[in-house]
Amino acid sequence: MEVIKIVGTEDTPSVILDAQNDLFEISGRSLPEDVAAFYEPILDWLDRYAQSPNEKTVFNFKLVYFNTASSKLLLDILLKLEEIYEAGNDVLIRWHYPEDDEDMQEAGEEYSDIVEVPFEQVSYSI
Amino acid sequence: MDGKIDVKEFLEFVYSFYKTMREHEVTLVYEGDVTHQITKAFTSLTEANMEAQMEDPSTQKKVFHVMVECLQNISKHAENMDQTDDSTNKDGVGIFILSKSEESYIVTTGNVLSKEKIPPIIEMIETINSLDKEGLKNLYKQRIKEGRISSKGGAGLGFIDIAKKTGSKLYYQFLSINDEYSFFVFSTLVSRIN
Repeated sequence: MEVIKIVGTEDTPSVILDAQNDLFEISGRSLPEDVAAFYEPILDWLDRYAQSPNEKTVFNFKLVYFNTASSKLLLDILLKLEEIYEAGNDVLIRWHYPEDDEDMQEAGEEYSDIVEVPFEQVSYSI
Repeated sequence: MDGKIDVKEFLEFVYSFYKTMREHEVTLVYEGDVTHQITKAFTSLTEANMEAQMEDPSTQKKVFHVMVECLQNISKHAENMDQTDDSTNKDGVGIFILSKSEESYIVTTGNVLSKEKIPPIIEMIETINSLDKEGLKNLYKQRIKEGRISSKGGAGLGFIDIAKKTGSKLYYQFLSINDEYSFFVFSTLVSRIN
């Protein structure tokens, strides 16, 4: 599969989707001008990946900020990962949050309540 | 028109405007199109100011968050009373004010809205104001599951999220402009004491 590699800016996150090297990560800030347009290729990629996923998919979210418009698209990504998991594949979400950021930790907890996928919270110090 | 008198009046206005801004500790005021560029510029300016004033990092994050959601509300939902302008994709026009007191930052927006849009907004804000933290979390989860991104790119989660992150009530008022339109003023407090 092709690799998606997007370098982050002050309002869009960095994205790496590389099935061959087991790299799945979204990090940084997300408040794109057009959220749907930004996330569309990522969701399309996941649709194709879902056809023949790796034995194990560890998807890392390492966001420092996202707006509410992005929050819905992040849920769409998680729902795709849930589909992959429900199809009998091994999936793990790793939700990274800065250790002093309760809001980001809480956002992870809320997502883990909504989707039925193994979900791991990982705190890190800046 | 006598230019001299107008200039004098204007300069006096500038001074009274300055005094009013100082009095209310208004750190930022803007009236006009709210574009994505404006949102980026205002938030980064405010971040730099708060950083320089060594504001608590948690307060900084909350102010940033509320500013983004409020500016996007104007940009996506403000309406134009000028009927000749039918371009629906244009960025909304409104007023944005950031002020502060000893205890909190106050983020305030104002924009024109047609009267038919008012009842659901009041219902939403009143519901949010009646809920505690747990209730807000549940409402957020319910809305994000049901919600779709609107044609305007909003998720309909902004108000809930502002209340959830700030722990403050949402203040609002609708001031009638004419039969069709009202002016919607919306204000949120972000505590500086954690």
